[in-house]
This record gives sequence, structure tokens and C-alpha cells, in this order.
Amino acid sequence: MVLVEVRWHGRGGQGIVTVSRILAQAALLDGKYAQSFPEFGPERRGAPVTGYTRISDEPILIHSQIYNPNIVVVVDPTLIGKVDVIRGLSPKGLVVAHASRGPDELKKILGVSDVSVYTVDAMKIALEVLGRPIYNTAMLGALLKAYPLVTMDSLVKVIRERFPGAVGEKNVAAIKRAYEEAIGVE
Amino acid sequence: MVIFMAKVMGLTGNEAIAYAVKQCNVDVVAAYPITPQTVMVEVISEYIYNGEMDAEFICVESEHSAMSACIGASLAGARVFTGTASQGLALMHEMLYIASGLRCPIVMGVANRALSAPLNIHGDHSDMMGSRDCGWIQIYAENVQEAYDWTIQAFKIAEDPRVLLPVSVNIDGFILSHCVENVFVLEDDVVARFLPPRKPLITIDPTNPITVGAMCLPDYYFEVKFQQFQTLNESLKVIREVTKEYESLSGRKYDVLEAYAMEDAEAAILCIGSTAGTAKEVAKGLRREGKKVGVVKLWVYRPFPQEDLIKALGDVKALAVLDRAFSFGAPFNALCSDVISTLYKYRKDIRVFNCVYGLGGRDITPMEIRGIFEETLEIADTGRLKEYVRFIGVRE
Amino acid sequence: MSETGRKMGWKELPIGGYLLEPGSSMKYKTGDWRAFRPIIDQKKCVNCLLCWIYCPDGAIIRLEKNVDVNYDYCKGCGICANECPVKCISMVEEKW
Repeated sequence: MVLVEVRWHGRGGQGIVTVSRILAQAALLDGKYAQSFPEFGPERRGAPVTGYTRISDEPILIHSQIYNPNIVVVVDPTLIGKVDVIRGLSPKGLVVAHASRGPDELKKILGVSDVSVYTVDAMKIALEVLGRPIYNTAMLGALLKAYPLVTMDSLVKVIRERFPGAVGEKNVAAIKRAYEEAIGVE
Repeated sequence: MVIFMAKVMGLTGNEAIAYAVKQCNVDVVAAYPITPQTVMVEVISEYIYNGEMDAEFICVESEHSAMSACIGASLAGARVFTGTASQGLALMHEMLYIASGLRCPIVMGVANRALSAPLNIHGDHSDMMGSRDCGWIQIYAENVQEAYDWTIQAFKIAEDPRVLLPVSVNIDGFILSHCVENVFVLEDDVVARFLPPRKPLITIDPTNPITVGAMCLPDYYFEVKFQQFQTLNESLKVIREVTKEYESLSGRKYDVLEAYAMEDAEAAILCIGSTAGTAKEVAKGLRREGKKVGVVKLWVYRPFPQEDLIKALGDVKALAVLDRAFSFGAPFNALCSDVISTLYKYRKDIRVFNCVYGLGGRDITPMEIRGIFEETLEIADTGRLKEYVRFIGVRE
Repeated sequence: MSETGRKMGWKELPIGGYLLEPGSSMKYKTGDWRAFRPIIDQKKCVNCLLCWIYCPDGAIIRLEKNVDVNYDYCKGCGICANECPVKCISMVEEKW
């Protein structure tokens, strides 16, 4: 795999840094090279925040921010329309969004054509599986459905290590359900 | 060559340094938390609390006190670590000179950050460049792996009886301190064999009293400082020896500097820290286009590796030196001044221009670096310099 | 570090300006800094030891029944004369 660059959009407190790091750690288990870093700023709860993940088969030399991501993951649905989530998205790129509406509709809202769009109702999954409105990990499942960036095995392993016990199992269940339920259009 | 099995971990720069410190069997850590170093000492304090690390953590009321406590512990024979950044390093300033003057082999992790005013918590090199003449060995890491590797090597270098000087391991604030990357870590026993417990030559000991830090008048001060000056300059030899030994057990090659694609380069960028990685990536692309460009990255900034630099530059015609800090009022900024002084000393005629970039955490993009390379190539071609100092991306 | 004799070069000096011999400051006779010499009138002295307490250099010597001055180290500051309750210490100009 050549270098893949992912940009995460969410709000302070939604676990953007955590989810970006989990993805990087899973890539590491797959024997790949990875970088995970936040958009450095005074992180405040509720304010729009950005996280970045780079994954590659080769050692990653670059240390600048990501300007032309291959993949954008929108964790917080309320950001669409407020933040330019597709800024710099590379041609034939991919958007994975938390949304109750379908990918066709989102594609129209975003005004994109040469981009694949996937959506999943992560809030519904989080409430039903975790019993709490924490939907960052579910977005990892949707991401994997859209693009096999890391293996599900590695992802599950990292989740179980990061959240030992019942919490980990619930997160694994949320990821797997999001993987099943995410739908996309090319 | 025996390469020991290594495991890979995903660590931030701060975590990697903390992990190395744990493996180095440090006795005393005295530190004060400051962004972006905070996690570095937080993790160390967790290790100590959990019993994973048998060390004394001294919570101090300021960085001035942190370095003071480190000096005392180091003189008593302990292996000592501290970490800081920015204003914290500035507050330590006078104690930095005492640590080196009293020949304390302290290792300090610095998550480089801008200096106030105006207040800024992001990465640049203003803090350490402001202390560049403090007599410490100063090492800059390009990535998280290097931060880990240099921290372990730093103790070996510092404690060598031919050196006995403090070492700072610098990582770019946030860019490395908060970035998770693959880190191949050594097994604990491998580190323990590489770095046996410290054997100090002389310690402060109530049963065998000596005087440390006494007044030294004009009749002797110059000689004492000259001794320190010579020792720092000669430490390059020890640094290289340590990197060779480290390579034999890690498989990772270090030196005082890294020359990337320099063999037949006509134009080059010289820089320190994480930017070197981005520059190498851009150079790789330009090489594919047939452009003869290279990158020189200094690992060791103090003592300045003059001969190695001349060798690395080879037949380069034009060179851009990237500074991530201002030297206010100076003809060139710190790194570039040192490069130009070295070229003068060795009568090497290279067109050099200085680029100031990335102050206060401003990102340096691959496109900007490509622009610098293209300008350097043009200068190599025409032999004409347009400006001596440029400021990358600053708005009018 | 004596002001006379051969001075050591940088290669011979212990590191960091350390003084490896404890109490070597005794070799530094500071008595020659003195401009005024304290002279104790032993007849008037009541051996109250106030001069011994106040002397900043420890240059007052306690004897069996009285005190004396260690002129090797007394810098002639005159604090002893100032503090003496019976005014038995006079400061006399040094003549060379």
C-alpha cells in the first residue's frame, strides 16, 4: 500500500485523537508504518477539531500536516455545512460520514462527484450497543467497510487492549455493527 | 553483527523519551510540567508510581529548581533526567551553565517550543537556540524513533569519563512530542548491557569532602572554562563511538549528521529536527525528476560538526539553511551563522542563503520546501544569490 | 589557590573547578588584606566572647582565660572592636 492519508473531523471531547491513534496502532500490528497526530491547537470541548493518520508500507518521512487527504472521516454530523470537510480531498477520494441520511443525499450536499461517499448512523449504534452517545469507535467500522485500511483483527486487538473488559467488547460490537450497516456510493 | 530482536510500539515523542528513560534505569528525575513536554514527565511519574521504575521523582516549584535539583543529584553520583520546553528552559537558563560548568552528565528532553511574547505553545527552536552556547551537547531528533534512540545514547555519551557533560535531546514540540509513530524498542536487558549503572569519577560525599562550585578568580577561571570548551569539542569522537556501539545492537545507524542523496548533489537543504524528514521526502520526488538535490540533517548541533559538514556538502554549489528561530539583529540566524562560519574556516565557496520558517508552530509544507529546492537549484545554476535571508510564508 | 608559585594549566586542573582537597581555603592567608589590625588590651578583656561570636571570619582564637586574634586570617574589618562591651579592642593602622 502506498501512503494513505486520513483526516478526521469531530469536536473536542469526541475522541478524535483516540480514534486516530487506534487506527495507527492497528496499522502497526498489520506490520505497516503509521503516524497519528492532532491538529495542534487549544483543544476545547465542543470546538471543531481535526486529527490526522498516515499509513504506509514504507517508513513515513514527511512531518507536515495533511493537505490532500485520501480519506476524510466525519465523526460529528453537525459539522457538515459548518466546516469545509472536503477541503483538499484528493480526486477519487473517500468520505466516510456519521449521518442518519444516505450517501446519495450526502454526496449532493457536499457537491462532489469524483468521490466515494459512505454513511452510517453511528449515534443509533452507539446508543443501542454502548448505551451512551460515544460514536467515535463505530466510525472505525464504517471506515473499514469503505476501505480496508487495516485488518479487522488488528483493530479489534487494539480496541481490546485500549479498553479492557466489557467496555472493549461493546466497542468491538459497535465497530462490527457499523461495518455491517455502513452503506456507500461510488 | 548481532541484531537483537526488537518489538515495535506506537508511541508519541514524549512517550518514547519516557520509555527510554525507564529503560535507562535513571535514579532521579526532577521536573516541572510544561506544554508540550507535559506527557513526557507525566508518563515517567506514572512509571515510578506503578513501581516500573525505581527512581526518585522530585516535584519542584519551577524549572530553575528542577535543574538545581538535577545538578545536586548528579553531583551525588545519580543518573539524572529532566524535561522541559520554552519558558521552562528559559527559566533554567542560568542553571544550564552551572550543570555544564560542574560537568554534570544530566540528560534533558526538550520538546522545542516558541518563546513568549506573544504567548505561543507550538513548536519552534527559539528555546534551545537561545541556550545554544550553554555548554551542553545538543541533539535534534527527526522522528519519534530517533527521540527514543538518542535518549538512550545520550546517557552513554554524557557519562563517558572523557565527556561528563549534560546532553539535551530535542524533539519538535507537538510535531514529534504529540505524534504517534512506529518505534522499534530494545529489550530492557539490551539497554542495561549497553548502559551499565553510572560510575562517577568524583562525587560529593560527606565522608570524603570536596568543594564544588567554589569561587574561581581571574587567575584560574579561564583555564577551567577552556577545559570545558575543549571537552565539548572533543566529545564528537565519543558521540561517534557511542553511535557505532548502538548500531551494533539496534541495527540503526546514527552519526553526528546525516547526508541524504548528497553524493552528486548540486543543491541542498540543511536543517535540523522533523523538517529534515519532509525535506528528504521532497528531495526523493525531485530526484525522480532528475534534479540533483540532497539534504543534510544535523543530529548534533553542539558541538558543531564542522569537518563532517564540509565532507557531507561535497561539491554542492548552493545551499539553503533552514532556521526555525530568529537571532534578532544578527546577520544570519543561528544555524546558518554556524554553517557560514564553517564554510569560511574551510575556505569552501558555496552560495548560501538562510530561510527562516515555521515560527510559533507554523507548518512547513512540502510545496514550500520544493520551492526552496527550486530556488537553490537556480542559484546553483546561475551562481547568483537574490537574498541572503528569506522568511518562508510570512505575510506582508 | 595561592597567589605565588606556578599556576596549573587547563590539562592539569581537576574537572569543573572542583577543589578535591577539603579545607584548602586554609592555605589562603587572608590576613594580608588587612589595613587595620585589632589589638586586644588583655587587662581590660572580660572574656565575654562577643568578639568570638561576631567575627565573620572565625579569626578570634579562644584561649583558656582570654581571647586572641589569628592574624593569618583576620581581614581587619573591626566588627570585634565595635561589638566589644568594654572597648578593649583598638584598631591600629598596619605599617609595612
